[in-house]
Amino acid sequence: MTRTSDIGVMDKTRNIGIAMTRREDERLLTGGGRFLDDLPFGDFYEAAILRSNYPHARILAVNTDAAKRLNGVIAVFTANELGPILKDLPPKVVHPKLNYQVRLAIAKEYVRYIGEPIAVVVAENRYIAEDALELIEVDYEPLGSVGSTAEALKVGAPLVHVGSETNVAVHIIQQAGDPEAALKTAPHVLSETFEVTRGGGHSIEGRAVAARFDEVTRQLIVWDNTQAPHYVRQMLATIYEVGEDEIRLIAPADIGGGFGPKAQFYGEEVLIPWIAMEIKHAVKWIEDRWENFVSATMERSQTHRVEVGFDEDGHLLVLKDVFEHDQGAYCVGLQVPTITMSTLPGPYVIPNIHSELIACYTNIVPTSSLRGAGRPQAVVAMERMMDRIAEHLGIEASEVRRRNLIQPDQFPYAVGLTFRDGSPLTYDSGNYPELLDGVLSRIDLKAFRGEQAAARKTGKFLGLGLAMFVEGTGIGPYEGARVRLTNRGRVLVSLAASPQGQGYETVYAQVAADALGCDIGLVEVRHGDTSFIPYGQGTFASRITATVGPAVWEASGELRADIISVAASLLKTDVGGLDLRGDAVEVVGDPEKRVTLADIASIANVGRHGMSVPRDLPVAIERTSYFKPTQAVYSSGISAVIVSVDVETGKIEIIRSILGHDCGNVLNPLLVEGQILGGHAHGIGNAIYEEAKYSRDGQPQAVSYLDYALPTAMEVPTPELFHVISPSPLNPLGVKGSGEGGTIPLPASVANAVEDALRPFGARICELPLTPQRVLAAVYGLPKLES
Amino acid sequence: MSETIDIDPIESKLWITLTINGSKGSYFVEQRLTLADFLRKEVGLVGTHLGCEHGSCGACTIIMDDKAVRSCLLLAVQADGASIETVEGLARDGALTPLQEAFRAHHALQCGYCTSGFLLSLVARLREGPIETEAEARESLSGNICRCTGYTGMVSALLSLSNSNGEDGEKP
Repeated sequence: MTRTSDIGVMDKTRNIGIAMTRREDERLLTGGGRFLDDLPFGDFYEAAILRSNYPHARILAVNTDAAKRLNGVIAVFTANELGPILKDLPPKVVHPKLNYQVRLAIAKEYVRYIGEPIAVVVAENRYIAEDALELIEVDYEPLGSVGSTAEALKVGAPLVHVGSETNVAVHIIQQAGDPEAALKTAPHVLSETFEVTRGGGHSIEGRAVAARFDEVTRQLIVWDNTQAPHYVRQMLATIYEVGEDEIRLIAPADIGGGFGPKAQFYGEEVLIPWIAMEIKHAVKWIEDRWENFVSATMERSQTHRVEVGFDEDGHLLVLKDVFEHDQGAYCVGLQVPTITMSTLPGPYVIPNIHSELIACYTNIVPTSSLRGAGRPQAVVAMERMMDRIAEHLGIEASEVRRRNLIQPDQFPYAVGLTFRDGSPLTYDSGNYPELLDGVLSRIDLKAFRGEQAAARKTGKFLGLGLAMFVEGTGIGPYEGARVRLTNRGRVLVSLAASPQGQGYETVYAQVAADALGCDIGLVEVRHGDTSFIPYGQGTFASRITATVGPAVWEASGELRADIISVAASLLKTDVGGLDLRGDAVEVVGDPEKRVTLADIASIANVGRHGMSVPRDLPVAIERTSYFKPTQAVYSSGISAVIVSVDVETGKIEIIRSILGHDCGNVLNPLLVEGQILGGHAHGIGNAIYEEAKYSRDGQPQAVSYLDYALPTAMEVPTPELFHVISPSPLNPLGVKGSGEGGTIPLPASVANAVEDALRPFGARICELPLTPQRVLAAVYGLPKLES
Repeated sequence: MSETIDIDPIESKLWITLTINGSKGSYFVEQRLTLADFLRKEVGLVGTHLGCEHGSCGACTIIMDDKAVRSCLLLAVQADGASIETVEGLARDGALTPLQEAFRAHHALQCGYCTSGFLLSLVARLREGPIETEAEARESLSGNICRCTGYTGMVSALLSLSNSNGEDGEKP
């Protein structure tokens, strides 16, 4: 299904494009939010989970006798009691070459990472449940383990999956052109190795699941603060071997942050509803912060070995990147490394590309998508090399970029690789030179170089770093919206996807109101409940604006046509002479002739029981639209940072941060800027502060916020934002995603800036995050830090 | 049947009397119950949220006897005799306070989970004096963690409060 853009709609609208404040805010500001653990569940029992203390071990025995005898404990479950649900939790994205290993909801014979579930205690409250965990005895036989891809790939390394031949999960190569030949003939070739470390999502609300089997309706009701309620419902239906309508999955109205980890599917989501059915009593499980550190999926750890070939003028001739990706103990999905593979070329014309992935199993909690999802690492590899080319040729890094950018008249631009959604990596629209110009118009490069030189003489080290990126967003397969005229004469928009702070209740009311041509006050948006709309995919991969947006637009436009038709029939006039005004449809120029939306609903939806209606009167005024994108739509952006590096302490101060972003048409600038600002903070965390450290054998070293530094208001400067608008031709709103663009370039731009600042020392910045130790090691040439 | 184990006998409960958002009440609570869990589970004030339960993220911040405190690090029994303020007590008669209004106007919240902790930290801070500079705003926000907003909206919200005070001539 190919669609042409109707950008003209943007001009006629009254709500789209306006920076409306949010409908969600009042309840959230007054303590009236509806987060999962805030819901009045009443007498739900509470679960706590015993998790592995070993990165790799065989479980010889689990003794739960004492735990079961604790007063207030209802039941204790191990794999022995959960046979029917010991089934594979399949990865989201697979590959024919994947060294497939089964992931179970709860460990049976082996544990493969610290944090893997071993037993579930259900008790009258969480305090008792946690007491009971202390009474469970596990007899482990510790096995050798690996805490990094480097350890995993060593000859003779312990195997994460006993019986497997290798720790390699998948080895994939994508190529465009003839990279090997180009490397041999390129006038200049540079190479470097870059390491990016693990970090977490750190939604301030952890994961949570509650469930009750309703004996009256014979339906299992699951409350789950997931980003993807329909996905979880389908997984549960498959594992429990029931029809999809026998499960109602509800993502509460408010979810305390997502960022990717809540879009994955976890053992706890299988265990808790099943246990509720087994004990015939409602149960809830609320993840605590320690559990979040050791059991929610993470991301980022990759090691890139990059080679670039270029000519005398800095034109890119060939890019070769071979990278190791830490998959963790199981493959939850290959989306992250496959996104890395195709994000590498970014906004540049590169005739020859070799992108090679070696994904490894390690004895660490599995990795999966996290805001940025494989892109920050790819941008580090690419953009750090752009700076190295500039250094090598003695020209400005911005100039090297300019010479290589894809030009605005080259769209659609086929890169020659395949994107994560299975479609060819073809950029739909963009204006990369305008992004670069946007930065250069805000920074006087010549003046900065003068200031930098003068500062160096006083022992102050300033640096400028740039990073550009292209980001596939709005991926398939589809997303839906159901729009209804209610008996109160209002329009109810139901979305499948659940928000985690993105403001769906506001922005999709804007879209619906404009498509309907009605007062936005008549539109209500609800979301995240499988009983509202049968199918959906969920909130992830910056996909909702470009999938739900068009679905709401289409369904609401169709609903308008139905409403006008009913009014025409009732007013005995032609549809052409009618318009929606306030809460009624009026004859244009004769406002006395009108019929209210409530009356339309009463006649067309409620009807008169058993009575026929005129042939031309539409009935049941509701429309459902599923928008199916043909491919991803490609957002883009640029980050520029100016830093000051203290060579005594290793402290990095960000003096200026500029972010240019292009996500096509903007539905609500307030919300889009909010996404970019939040992403920017996350990117700074990844660049300088956040590090989920592990020992060589997989022991997590940072499992609290005393050890894992999340950025506070002291660390995150206010960036200077600017927008470039290149509408997508691939959806009727011309929109693209904006949820991750703030994060993606920051690790690379900060690293570029720090290396630029430290050029007098010849410092090489090859590892992130840039903690003081790493900065000082780069300045003084100290050996690499050991875990 | 083996003997049951009882870690938490009824004798471990104590009576406490405290004032919460202006209302005085007495409660019979377990000694090990945290103040946060007490407010959420026993009193039903679920607007106070738990983010880390080790005193770092600040989501559970409330005001106890005029000081912003982490309710995850206190036991309910330690609040005996205290006066507690939570997010539910801020807006009166359905009207948002100027701070809450400024948060909305400046998109200072996204998911909203950490918001009540920020609000209570700031209410306590603003009682000590106005927040007039960006540096003061950032300092006053630095005890809490937000993962969604990047803090920019909160800084703007705080500065808008001091600006409007200035315009109204109310600044000390």
